[in-house]
Amino acid sequence: MSNNDLLVKVENLYRYYDDHCAVQNLNFELRKGEILGFLGPNGAGKSTTMQILSGNLAPSTGQILINGVDILDEPKRAKANIGYLPEQPPLYIDLTVDEYLTYCAALNRLPRSKLQAARDLAKERCGLKDMGHKLIGNLSKGYRQRVGIAQAIIHSPAVVILDEPTVGLDPIQIREIRALIVELGQEHGVILSTHILPEVQTVCSRVQIIHKGRLVFNDTLTGLTQRMQSTSLMLACRQAPEQAVIKALPGVNDVQPLDNHHLRVHFNADSNPAEIVAAEVLKRGWGLLELTPEHKSLEQIFVDLTTADETGGATPLQERAA
Amino acid sequence: MIVFTIAGRELRHLFLSPLAWCVLAVIQFITAWMFLVQVDNFLKFAPTLAGMASAPGVTDAIAAPIFSTASVVMLLVVPIMSMRLVAEERRSGTLSLLLSAPVNMTEIVLGKYLGLLIFLLIMLGLITLMPLSLAIGTHLDYGKLFSGVLGLALVLGAFAAAGLFMSTLTKQPVVAAVSSFGLLLLLWIISWAGSGDARFSPTFHYLSLLDHYASLLRGSFNTADVLYYVLFIITFLVLSIRRLDAYRLQH
Repeated sequence: MSNNDLLVKVENLYRYYDDHCAVQNLNFELRKGEILGFLGPNGAGKSTTMQILSGNLAPSTGQILINGVDILDEPKRAKANIGYLPEQPPLYIDLTVDEYLTYCAALNRLPRSKLQAARDLAKERCGLKDMGHKLIGNLSKGYRQRVGIAQAIIHSPAVVILDEPTVGLDPIQIREIRALIVELGQEHGVILSTHILPEVQTVCSRVQIIHKGRLVFNDTLTGLTQRMQSTSLMLACRQAPEQAVIKALPGVNDVQPLDNHHLRVHFNADSNPAEIVAAEVLKRGWGLLELTPEHKSLEQIFVDLTTADETGGATPLQERAA
Repeated sequence: MIVFTIAGRELRHLFLSPLAWCVLAVIQFITAWMFLVQVDNFLKFAPTLAGMASAPGVTDAIAAPIFSTASVVMLLVVPIMSMRLVAEERRSGTLSLLLSAPVNMTEIVLGKYLGLLIFLLIMLGLITLMPLSLAIGTHLDYGKLFSGVLGLALVLGAFAAAGLFMSTLTKQPVVAAVSSFGLLLLLWIISWAGSGDARFSPTFHYLSLLDHYASLLRGSFNTADVLYYVLFIITFLVLSIRRLDAYRLQH
């Protein structure tokens, strides 16, 4: 990947609210064509980070380059490359959709001759074609959210920052907005903050988990999927299987009895002893009922990472994940 | 360019709500009433005045009192018009639209100020039409009329600048209105204090919004008076810019 593709570069970002450190030592990059999912529990520092990236909040220390332009040194040039949808869409409810979007386009310094074309394109992309003459105040939440997104993309910025864009929408609207985000990701770099986990899995190409202001996880979706792959098997037999026998099999790390008939077999990520375990159970005639690899859900990873420092280490996998 | 875009939206926002129309109507009615009273009085005393050597002319007798009344009414009205400029945008979260657009704080402040100022000048224009209508029947002292209009325009500009600054201080529009009204009233009557004291009296008189206006109403155009208002406006606009800048740093 060439350096030209680098849209956002964040280095050593810190942000303090009085003594409270909301964001500490954040480093990440966003490249063209990426949809970066920003995950974290409430109060983790997601919105603060989004606000800093969009120039609404100044960082305490650290550097942010948008398309190679420092947002503190040349805010105007940097901000021209950003489209930002805050948690609460910044809508003027006394304007119609057309008036509002024209104003947004003018604020982003689009030349007068291009205002209408930009407005129509943004409306079309966000499914607002027939809404032009409606007052924003009379629109439903889903449509307001779309107007918010239209506002963020009207000047076709290199980076689109969306702060919890699907909150409060119905399932159909959520699907539509997600489809829109995926579409945006093809031409723009998108940063998406959310606490809805499946959203990240369906939409994002890269995932970052932020917890207490720190970045605790940063990987591509492929990497994440790998991480989610099984490191344990669920074994169910008609007769009670002997733990010691299973544990002695090659590749098996540990065995955890769940009840008389169920065992959880932990193994190394690089080996899968399912075959050997099955053969052994058959040989002993215990009556094999079930042998399934267990997947870690994103939720489990999320919980592991975000509860790690309360328990002083990664919490063991307790529940049987889907 | 971008300043005018922001100013245009502010102006639009004002006229989209009934508030602007209501204010225009009320102000027009009150000043019209004042106008009628003054014209009536003038006609009553016209024969007496005609006999005097240096009697006040039509402009002195009618235009000046109207501008004087209008400024007092504006003292109440401008804080109401200026209160929502920034406070409401902060409250409803729409300020982030401006903050994330490629626009700097100076442009935001100037745009908002200009939007309000244009509204106030429209109001001033409507008020001026009344004394101006006397030109149909009599001879007016245009110099004095202009000086009065300029005075009221400067006073309105100063009110708007102070109101804008107060609006940047809070998220509550009403708090902004009350505090700008307080500030303006204080500056209006500040010269009442220390009137017997030779050391402080000139200072208080210089600070007073009213004193500089009074001399313009008399038709004496003094650069110091105009400069006072210009400095007043610039000071509060710069303070507003600094204040908006500080948002990004604080919390």
